[in-house]
Amino acid sequence: MSVDHKMDSSRRTLLLATSAAGGVAAVATAVPFVASLTPSERAKAAGAPVEADVSKLKPGEMMTVEWRGKPVWILRRTPEMLASLDKTDEKVSDPNSEEPQQPDYAKNKHRSIKPEYLVTVGICTHLGCSPSEKFKVGAEGGMTADWPGGFLCPCHGSLFDLAGRVYSSMPAPTNLEIPPHQYLADTTILVGDDGKA
Amino acid sequence: MTTKSQAVLNWIDERFPLTSTWKAHLSEYYAPKNFNFWYFFGSLALMVLVIQIVTGIFLVMHYKPDASLNASGIPVAFASVEYIMREVPGGWLIRYLHSTGASAFFIVVYLHMFRGLIYGSYRKPRELIWIFGTLIFLALMAEAFMGYLLPWGQMSYWGAQVIVNLFSAIPIIGPDLSLVIRGDFVIGDATLNRFFSFHVIAVPLVLIGLVLAHIVALHEVGSNNPDGVEIKKKKDATGKPLDGIPFHPYYTVKDIVGVVVFLFFFSAVVFFMPEGGGYFLEYNNFIPADPLKTPPHIAPVWYFTPFYSILRAVTYPLFGLDAKFWGVVAMGASVVIIAFLPWLDRSPVKSIRYKGPIFKTALAIFLVCFFILGYLGVLAPTPGRTLVSQICSVLYFAFFLLMPWYSKLDPCKPEPERVNFK
Repeated sequence: MSVDHKMDSSRRTLLLATSAAGGVAAVATAVPFVASLTPSERAKAAGAPVEADVSKLKPGEMMTVEWRGKPVWILRRTPEMLASLDKTDEKVSDPNSEEPQQPDYAKNKHRSIKPEYLVTVGICTHLGCSPSEKFKVGAEGGMTADWPGGFLCPCHGSLFDLAGRVYSSMPAPTNLEIPPHQYLADTTILVGDDGKA
Repeated sequence: MTTKSQAVLNWIDERFPLTSTWKAHLSEYYAPKNFNFWYFFGSLALMVLVIQIVTGIFLVMHYKPDASLNASGIPVAFASVEYIMREVPGGWLIRYLHSTGASAFFIVVYLHMFRGLIYGSYRKPRELIWIFGTLIFLALMAEAFMGYLLPWGQMSYWGAQVIVNLFSAIPIIGPDLSLVIRGDFVIGDATLNRFFSFHVIAVPLVLIGLVLAHIVALHEVGSNNPDGVEIKKKKDATGKPLDGIPFHPYYTVKDIVGVVVFLFFFSAVVFFMPEGGGYFLEYNNFIPADPLKTPPHIAPVWYFTPFYSILRAVTYPLFGLDAKFWGVVAMGASVVIIAFLPWLDRSPVKSIRYKGPIFKTALAIFLVCFFILGYLGVLAPTPGRTLVSQICSVLYFAFFLLMPWYSKLDPCKPEPERVNFK
């Protein structure tokens, strides 16, 4: 199709300007709608730290507290459990916790402040399932014969050792997250606040 | 027709294209006369869509999208579903119709897609019908996924947790994107309410729009048939296809038979096994959502399992990006690749009736892999199963990606001039 009549260029300019102004208005109107999808002020405020009393926790036992809607595990590790971390050193993908999945004070072999107590967010770093306890050594708990104890994510099979370090070639990319925490007393842990932020 | 009613019809036709629409889409829409069993599933899908909309409207009258705990410590949303099941008169039936309808929708749609696959219904000039169809499938998956969160059971909660976290695997924008989807730092009341809004308003509107586009595009070019030959190439003196018959009454009546048989099976499930053996309604979803405890075995509903297996099969990082990201890419690609079939198939014939042994073998391998992936998707992962799902995933993609070559090499039989019809 050929255009053989002359174009009225001033009307064309007006047309373009009107369309552009309308487009800007449409985009600007979308802003509050998209903003309404982000977390509300109430949701942002709901991240208060929680206190956990670990005095009743026996060696080898684990308790769960809720922090920001997520499970936080506190595991009191036995000497055997701590020794198992030597064995898993070569099986895990990030043995020295190079990835920033923990505060600096937990960047050590046992990934905790006190070696005995592991405080970690019980959410798999793959897709957010909560891994299950597989503390029994060997094939007894349904694992392989050389299983030294740890966690198994039921969703996609990621394995973690007893310091929350992920095994190599697993769906989960990083170690379990260690939340900011501090000891208010010998057996009282405050999860979510380390007094440094 | 009496003169009076004819006069009323004329009055309408001068203001609205009633008679011409009726003719164009039903009484003078010429469909090939050789449709077989496989051609029931399009109209059945439309009927299931109506069942879902009608039952959905009534469910919304009693359901409450509220994640807060009631006086007995049960989430309000979960309790409102129990209320529908136990106290609303007829509520149990409406809810089972809706939950069974969801699985029935996927059964019917998978069979409808398979029909397109074997008879080459995606080939020129029906590429847009096929693309609209793929978009319908995607919208349906979104609709089913968001609907599954609403009962706020353990599977609802942890299923949503896994799928929303998939988006966080996208580099750079991922974490913020999953935050915008959830509306909170964890799956919670904000997530439940927005999924409810999408499930009952946004996605159904999109779905209905796409179904209209699918049918309008189909009626523009005309239906394919089991022989894969164009009936519009042979017309009689009046311009009607020689092998075509009016959709109404011929196929409307045939489809009623299909509907009756379908409803036999559908009612049997609704009344005698509404849980579908734990596949239509998973047993873990009868436990209220607990954000602190993942069920020991978590699996998506059966219709997502083939794609879920492909997600799980990717365990290698690549180009410095997590295996998780590539798993998401593979799962997305496994659905989107279906849309490209019109351009991947280079065979000179459309229908499997005239295709050669290479295509038939490829299709058989593809089907076996699809079923194995679906089966593995409901099971817990083990190293052996992961290996099998990796092999099947590769073969799944090979079916599509190698098609431009094997479909050309395939020794095909010549297509007939006219459709086969006894």
